[in-house]
Amino acid sequence: MYPIIKQIIRTGIVTEAAPLADEAMRLQPQRLQEEILRLLGSALCIRHVDAGSCNGCELEIHSVNNAHYNIEGLGIKFVASPRHADMLLVTGPVSRHMATALRRTYDATPEPKLVVAIGDCSRDGGIFCAGGAENYAILGGVAEVIPVDVLVTGCPPTPTAILQGILTAISRQASFSP
Amino acid sequence: MPLTYPNLTLIPIPGAIPAWKGLIEPEQLLPVCLKVAEGGGRLVALWGSDERQNAGGFALQVALVTEAGLICLCVALEEAQPVYPNLSLIFPAALRMQRAAQDLLGIVATDSPDKRKWLRHGAWHGFPLRKDYAVAPIDEADAYPFVRVEGNGVHEIPVGPVHAGTIEPGHFRFSIVGERVLRLEERLGYTHKGIEKRFEQLSLQQGAKLAGRIAGDSSVAYAWAYAMAAESIAQLTPSAHSLWLRALLLERERIANHLGDLGYLGNDVAFTFGFSQFWILKEQLLRNNAAVFGHRYLMDLIIPGGVAVELSKSSILYDECTLLEKQVKLLRGIYEEHAGMQDRFIGAGLVAPKLAAQLGLCGMAGRASAQAWDARVQFACAPYDQLDVQMATHRNGDVAARVIVRFDELFESLRLQREILNHLTTGSTVPLLKLPGNGFGIGMVEGWRGEILVAIHTDREGNVARVHPHDPSWQNWPVLEHAVLDNIVPDFPLINKSFNLSYTGQDL
Repeated sequence: MYPIIKQIIRTGIVTEAAPLADEAMRLQPQRLQEEILRLLGSALCIRHVDAGSCNGCELEIHSVNNAHYNIEGLGIKFVASPRHADMLLVTGPVSRHMATALRRTYDATPEPKLVVAIGDCSRDGGIFCAGGAENYAILGGVAEVIPVDVLVTGCPPTPTAILQGILTAISRQASFSP
Repeated sequence: MPLTYPNLTLIPIPGAIPAWKGLIEPEQLLPVCLKVAEGGGRLVALWGSDERQNAGGFALQVALVTEAGLICLCVALEEAQPVYPNLSLIFPAALRMQRAAQDLLGIVATDSPDKRKWLRHGAWHGFPLRKDYAVAPIDEADAYPFVRVEGNGVHEIPVGPVHAGTIEPGHFRFSIVGERVLRLEERLGYTHKGIEKRFEQLSLQQGAKLAGRIAGDSSVAYAWAYAMAAESIAQLTPSAHSLWLRALLLERERIANHLGDLGYLGNDVAFTFGFSQFWILKEQLLRNNAAVFGHRYLMDLIIPGGVAVELSKSSILYDECTLLEKQVKLLRGIYEEHAGMQDRFIGAGLVAPKLAAQLGLCGMAGRASAQAWDARVQFACAPYDQLDVQMATHRNGDVAARVIVRFDELFESLRLQREILNHLTTGSTVPLLKLPGNGFGIGMVEGWRGEILVAIHTDREGNVARVHPHDPSWQNWPVLEHAVLDNIVPDFPLINKSFNLSYTGQDL
């Protein structure tokens, strides 16, 4: 026990300040009322869905949970079921084999079901169908299957950008210009 | 010569890895495979190619490995009836690869004990890897006949494809009694992205980017294997400087993944201290990757012909070695002294060496079950030929052994990183843009999970005609079904994590 406590003390607190929301990431105007945003902002539950990613974005979602970004310190946690979730965090180009599972996960999520799409592939299929190439196995970006509120680009996006995307989805929007 | 067999002529394939290729008649395939297996050899990969615009018909490609190197056998198959003998009685790992080849190309293993689809669910029609394939999405009901276990008190737990944690999608069907697992059946293919077909639409250089995204956690290993295959066709040896840099990147990928897994293995036995500590270390490594190489996961740095990066600030990396060696040593001490943790690790998810050999368990998990294969040791291509890599192995084959092998490999990679930094010189890269026609090249790299193989075929003009990337998860997923037998369901996440296999790498 002693070495563990010693190591915890020696490590100290490495958590950094959270980034600010970035309205440029928004694809749809904020749908939620001020009061709901205030409540969600202090306890947001996220369900992650990999809709066909290369696992790169998953690595960075793991990183968001590390002590440096400490997403739980902001009252945001990942939950095991869409039925417990306020938000879906969706990665990957949507493979045809995952389209049904993604739709069902969305259907199982209670309103307001915010959706944050993570990574270049979640926008348009990324490298797997770049340049409008037809790919028999891929449907395209996440918005082809379910409505997306916020898009975080990058390959993979940094943990800061992912955090920023999540915070943007629950921010009070000042102005929106799609 | 790695193998002598009547009427089999093996021709050396130029390149970094000792490899041979040979044409073989379908009726010779089984006896040759049997001979390789009896000599201690293994099946690495199996794929097919459409040769109707070349020699005619289709071809089955089988990559075997012996102590001498890779043997790539090619079997010509008739267009009207593209069939070949089932290999799974000699190499059980062949089964899913054969099913995938049937789904994607329509070549069939006769007498296969499992005729179900593997990579094809109910979302597209036809054989995509045929050259005349027209995209044909459908929306069929997706019924997969899982094997039912029946008896008093047996019930099923279906899990996935969307899992409870932040992991990739796949379906697990547990048949259990009480808490004990009687049978686990995996069903994968959910993240099938048409990667092999996609390669055929891309140039050699664009393909390098795609190779780096077959599995984001093994980006360096795939990009290197892809470049190695291309360089094998072009008979080009990259500069010493770029090979040293590639090895540095590969070891950093290994360190990053082992750090992450050791943290999660702590987390999975409710020891969140382990997760916090290891992921602080991993984050520092990733930040150093971004600072020194410009990308946290080292993507797009290896290109056919060499590397697309210069090393500017190596002092950061020396300091990182010192820090990691000290911290990981301390954490290893804590893990080993922690009775509760060891109680969960020891004996869980056991794969005995004999079973591991029978099923072809490979890579890091294989080494934890006494399967002493490491491409950096057996086929030490430059610069590993100057590094004297020490292979980490263990005989116990349980979660604890896989934790120990990870720790040992982590320290070895840190030692290698120092050695590599001492050897690094400056140099330049001339990108390889065009390949000779009718070529076949192969690359094999020991990624953190195990051996990653990439094969490239070129057409008459030298365009990429077929690329087959192979992940060690193909071999290891079926072994996981054995590892969980008789364990309790709540130990599954721990056992699964101790293998940490790739979904995307095998779904392609």
